[in-house]
Amino acid sequence: MIYFDNAATSWPKPPAVAEAMTHFITDVGANPGRAAHRLAVASGRIVYEAREAVAELFDAPDPLRVVFTANVTEALNLALRGLLRPGDHVVTSSVEHNSVMRPLRALEREGVELTVVRCSPEGALDPADVAAAIRPDTKLVALNHASNVVGTVLPVAEVARIACAQGVLLLVDAAQTGGAYPVDVQADGIDLLAFTGHKSLYGPMGTGGLIVGERVDEARLQPLKRGGTGSRSEREEQPDFLPDMCESGTPNVVGLAGLLAGVRWVMARGVDTIRAHEVALAHRLIAGLGEVPGVTVYGPLDAELQTATVSFNVAGMASSEVGLRLDDEHGILCRVGLHCAPAAHKTIGTFSAGTVRFGLGAFNTLEEVAEAVRAVAQLAQEVR
Amino acid sequence: MDSARYAVILVHSTSHAIRAEKVLHMAGISSKLIPVPRQLSSDCGVCVRVARADREAALAALAAHTVEMEGVYDV
Repeated sequence: MIYFDNAATSWPKPPAVAEAMTHFITDVGANPGRAAHRLAVASGRIVYEAREAVAELFDAPDPLRVVFTANVTEALNLALRGLLRPGDHVVTSSVEHNSVMRPLRALEREGVELTVVRCSPEGALDPADVAAAIRPDTKLVALNHASNVVGTVLPVAEVARIACAQGVLLLVDAAQTGGAYPVDVQADGIDLLAFTGHKSLYGPMGTGGLIVGERVDEARLQPLKRGGTGSRSEREEQPDFLPDMCESGTPNVVGLAGLLAGVRWVMARGVDTIRAHEVALAHRLIAGLGEVPGVTVYGPLDAELQTATVSFNVAGMASSEVGLRLDDEHGILCRVGLHCAPAAHKTIGTFSAGTVRFGLGAFNTLEEVAEAVRAVAQLAQEVR
Repeated sequence: MDSARYAVILVHSTSHAIRAEKVLHMAGISSKLIPVPRQLSSDCGVCVRVARADREAALAALAAHTVEMEGVYDV
């Protein structure tokens, strides 16, 4: 079996992830921040260590400005809903996932004005187009760091310089890059970084978060939910400090224990090492698929300009059929269709047929890539 | 209150308390996380206890690492 669906969630996970989660369930188990006995403190330490690890990985200066959420979608909703008010203007790109597009379309109905900057058919964004879209009432630019459909990496650091000069905040959706591609919130100038724990950080599902930069005034950030935090319990009002103000309810500590192990694994291996491996895989995959008659590969067609996520179609065969036959006949697991990103498919010209997507990860090999290319070639040969 | 054995440092939250504990550990000051004494606050959270003799060194270390404090009490 070949697992090529890492863009949806990474698998397998490093063994230390399951071990850390088992350790928490078996030996710790207590609710962090709700009591001060030894197990509650041990649980709180795991959560804090996870904040520190995430902050270190993304070069965020303050671990207490790392807010944990159930997933990156919740983090994006927190940033968008938390900061934008009717009358505000927001800029985004035409390759966003619905985790950004749907909250923005809903906010648009509530009086937020939205400009969607067009990307090229390869999924590339010209920073000058963002500069042209920024207006005096623009509050936020929201961009994914890399497309979940074609992997194209967007120039977030260039956009950050443009946004910062205009007093506009930059929100980056790092779902497809965090852990697999260098992300440095200080060097890149990212004000809000939404990340997922279960993709290239190799943690479990149910983990993610939002890093809130120093330029963001938390007094203006509305929490998505309110409730118990274990702090300021004498008050019936929500706390006004990070991270508690945005973390009501018992957190997913078993998940965060796994996330901590995953992030440590990523840091031990090194993001640059992982990136180099994935570039080599993507390079071989793009070149291999590109040589198959009847196969169209989308995106920049340059492994250096994208993540190890590659979308393609086989002429004469629906993407769903390709996916089914790759699974049934070749044991290759991938994702087909629109990938929750209709805007991106409109941009690359594959709406509403969709594409076949191979999402490669740190555990994939060049041999698997070669085998997958042979399998696709066999399917394409049958259609011709 | 010269008979005080400990200084209790109140912080915003458990996250802050654990950060304080780490900062103190790095500064070579032993500390313990304890429930906030009810006479000091009605909060249900955690605070940091150090030996009374370490009080000033602890406060200096926490200030140097910008750990925000809500109050310091000798107990």
